[in-house]
Amino acid sequence: MKLPKLITGDMQAGRVVPPTGVIARLTGFTAGAMAFLAVFALALSLASGRLADRWAAALADSATIRISAPPGQMETQTRAVLKILSETPGVASANALTKEAEKKLLTPWFGPGLPLGELPIPQLIDVQETGKGFDAEGLRQRLSAEAPGAVLDDHARWRRPLVRAAERLRLLGLISIALLTGATAAMITLAANAALAANAQVIRVLRLIGARDSYIARAFVRRFTLRALGGAVAGTGLGMLAIAVMPAAAPEGGFLTGLGFAGIGWLWPLLIPPLAAIVAFAATRFAAFRTLRGLS
Amino acid sequence: MIEFQNVAYNYGGGELLSEMTLTLAPGSFHFLTGPSGAGKTTFLKLCYGELLATAGRVNVFEADVKTLSRDEVARMRRRIGVVHQDCQFLDHLPLAENVALPLTVSGRAVTDTDVEDLLNWVGLKSLAGHRPPELSGGERQRAALARAIIMGPDVILADEPTGNVDWDMSQRLLQLLIELNRMGKTILIATHDLNLIRNAKAQVAARVLRIRNRRLHLAGSDL
Ligand SMILES: Nc1ncnc2c1ncn2[C@@H]1O[C@H](COP(=O)(O)OP(=O)(O)OP(=O)(O)O)[C@@H](O)[C@H]1O
Ligand SMILES: [Mg+2]
Repeated sequence: MKLPKLITGDMQAGRVVPPTGVIARLTGFTAGAMAFLAVFALALSLASGRLADRWAAALADSATIRISAPPGQMETQTRAVLKILSETPGVASANALTKEAEKKLLTPWFGPGLPLGELPIPQLIDVQETGKGFDAEGLRQRLSAEAPGAVLDDHARWRRPLVRAAERLRLLGLISIALLTGATAAMITLAANAALAANAQVIRVLRLIGARDSYIARAFVRRFTLRALGGAVAGTGLGMLAIAVMPAAAPEGGFLTGLGFAGIGWLWPLLIPPLAAIVAFAATRFAAFRTLRGLS
Repeated sequence: MIEFQNVAYNYGGGELLSEMTLTLAPGSFHFLTGPSGAGKTTFLKLCYGELLATAGRVNVFEADVKTLSRDEVARMRRRIGVVHQDCQFLDHLPLAENVALPLTVSGRAVTDTDVEDLLNWVGLKSLAGHRPPELSGGERQRAALARAIIMGPDVILADEPTGNVDWDMSQRLLQLLIELNRMGKTILIATHDLNLIRNAKAQVAARVLRIRNRRLHLAGSDL
């Protein structure tokens, strides 16, 4: 049995079972509510995914060490720091910035005519991490013991737990969608069982005059699939509308204002109604065949 | 057509039907009689696979009913027209659609004139648009007969088809069944209406089976 035939043809198979009235309407409503919620779960999932990606990119695998020391000690401390770094696991490379490079970094703030040689400019060391990163606390302790003028600046690190939280949030969104799908399946199974029980006599008559199980099942499957599809289309539409009219966010806006769909992300929620229809189709078919197998 | 080999049946208590052996040859006409509760309806249910024999073997159209898949049972039932004792219909559909239902569910084309002719034949043409709950007992039985024969079945099983009708109507229904038999259909009628049986025997070569003490007996010429 294919979906298109279910929707277009065989109205007669639908007619042999009397209207299931309130059960069918509740099915449509519930599918709509679930779809509405699924739109938000999806938006949450996509938004936290984007956030995680953005933060992860910002979290460059690098740190900086700044050495401020009297001019006489600068050289020795720099060498000491580089030695420490070469012995620290998790450090891929470290190199001290030349005066030229430092000058370039400072130009935007102080203008080009900066007499760098006369100012006590700290020495900067750029540290590249390996994938795992290094033990910042351990490194800090060694530095303070062996090069008291060195300060480890790994400010990008505070974002790491946030990236993990955003990834977890994305996972929760996906789990929510899975749970909504499961709840929809369970609800439609219950509704289908109620409709099957209410029509036990009809089913018995149909069996006795030679109707095959698939014919009887189709009458119910068709009904619940169409109801679920209709409800889900409405629910998804309303959910997408709600997200579309959410107050626009400044680019730097916080997390909540970033909730929504971006670009082709708007296509994702369009999968919800077909998913609801497939779930209803499978759940009703399963319920119908299980009931029918119990009859002669 | 239908063959019982040493068939027994019980509903879970004591045995209701025992050691039943019988062959319904094509084109034959049989009555099944016996006291109320003897198991006539049960016997018919064994014939169309609503019940499965607890012992022995029931063959329908050369196939052991027990080995048929559910779809095969459905196809087998399309070749057997059954008038049930309780005459159940789909109450939300008009009579004409109910009568045409066996065609509908087997995917065959329904021609309105066929249905109309058939309703005319059982005298229900004027009630075609009515719903089953609006019909009298006798009207339901005639409708059930019309539904049973619309597929042009090879075998017709009728359970008390004249239980709810007056003498004239029972004669008409009998005439319908005799006519079908002359067209070559195999007929089995469960009834305890002895007058009906006598009347039929005057017109066709009908044999009478009787269920007594759980066994099937061929009644003699005492009827
Ligand atoms: N589903 C059932 N479960 C248990 N016992 C049953 C069931 N159906 C029928 N019986 C019993 O089996 C016996 C035979 O029933 P059946 O309906 O076959 O009788 P019958 O000969 O058709 O009677 P009647 O002439 O009144 O229609 C009865 O005693 C009945 O109570
Ligand atoms: Mg009976």
